[in-house]
Amino acid sequence: MSLRTPLGKVRGLGSAKEGTHHFWVQRVSAVALVPLTIWLVASLVCLTGAGRDEVLDWLGSPVQAILMLLLVIAGFYHLKLGIQVVLEDYVHGEGAKLATSLLNTFVCFAGGAVSVFAVLKIAFGG
Amino acid sequence: MVEFTLPKNSKVGKGKSYKAPEGAKRVRKFQVYRWNPDDGQNPRMDTYDVDLDKCGPMVLDALIKIKNEMDSTLTFRRSCREGICGSCAMNINGKNGLACTTGMDEVKGDVKITPLPHMEVVKDLVPDLTNFYAQYASIEPWLKTESPAPDRERLQTEDDRRKMDGLYECILCACCSTSCPSYWWNQDRYLGPAILLQAYRWIADSRDEHTGERLDNLEDPFRLYRCHTIMNCAHACPKGLNPAKAIAEIKKLMVERRA
Repeated sequence: MSLRTPLGKVRGLGSAKEGTHHFWVQRVSAVALVPLTIWLVASLVCLTGAGRDEVLDWLGSPVQAILMLLLVIAGFYHLKLGIQVVLEDYVHGEGAKLATSLLNTFVCFAGGAVSVFAVLKIAFGG
Repeated sequence: MVEFTLPKNSKVGKGKSYKAPEGAKRVRKFQVYRWNPDDGQNPRMDTYDVDLDKCGPMVLDALIKIKNEMDSTLTFRRSCREGICGSCAMNINGKNGLACTTGMDEVKGDVKITPLPHMEVVKDLVPDLTNFYAQYASIEPWLKTESPAPDRERLQTEDDRRKMDGLYECILCACCSTSCPSYWWNQDRYLGPAILLQAYRWIADSRDEHTGERLDNLEDPFRLYRCHTIMNCAHACPKGLNPAKAIAEIKKLMVERRA
């Protein structure tokens, strides 16, 4: 039970004065992912039936490697932003929200780092 | 708070049945949500057979007939009976709307009436709108200026006046906010479509001089950015307004002032 006034509860801790950056970069990354995803799907179709060496050669070329890096970075960043929104929507306990947000950040950054490393390794002839 | 099932004391049971008088030819079944805070019972759905030959055409007409002639304990809000006061907002066959402007012919089969979704219930069809009204107060819904008050009316061009069309008509019935899943889950922090549309009504008013402060007050991951453009608000609005568009306009201004 609380004896705070309804207006006191609504005003709460005040406005966070942020959220616009998150909103904007989520849209920027979404727009970037449209051509990158089309490129990926088209490339995978073209690579149908190709062997391992052929795929490595394709990904090793500068243009394809850079496009793949952009896709991986934009993709994992967009994923992190999207999951954060879902957590804010549905996870309400402050402790659970903090723990899941940290997990989301770590998993997305780790996934991104592993993917970037893999592309670079192929591109630089690992 | 996210709740996908009803708490134990909110599970809805089968209620009483009230038959139409002998000889009634055109009968329509109304299933109405009933809950009394004083009897310690779970909610129930009572069924009323309404004689349509002795009843007006709107859902509110049937509710008033039920209260007057069949069961005086039924509790609901109503006032203007012409869609301008917003009192009789309720969920009719799964869709939020005003009982007074919803015709019985718009609804197929039995008419199932429940209170506005995901709100605390005061009694029967009366939801507790305390938090909703406090949220409205929090956006300071009045003209705010710094310039000295003029000796005559505050002037506005016709073009500027037109910017408030689609905003000023809102009657604060809460149909939109209570149809919004984001508002269901986070109404303690998310202002919801009705209040954000009202906030934009003052942001869009060329006579107001506190636009920046109003945007500051809204710039928050929860107050504004819980809107995910689900569009239930525009679908539910009995006045045909589009709160999602007003919210999008606020977001555009947020981005515009950063660049």
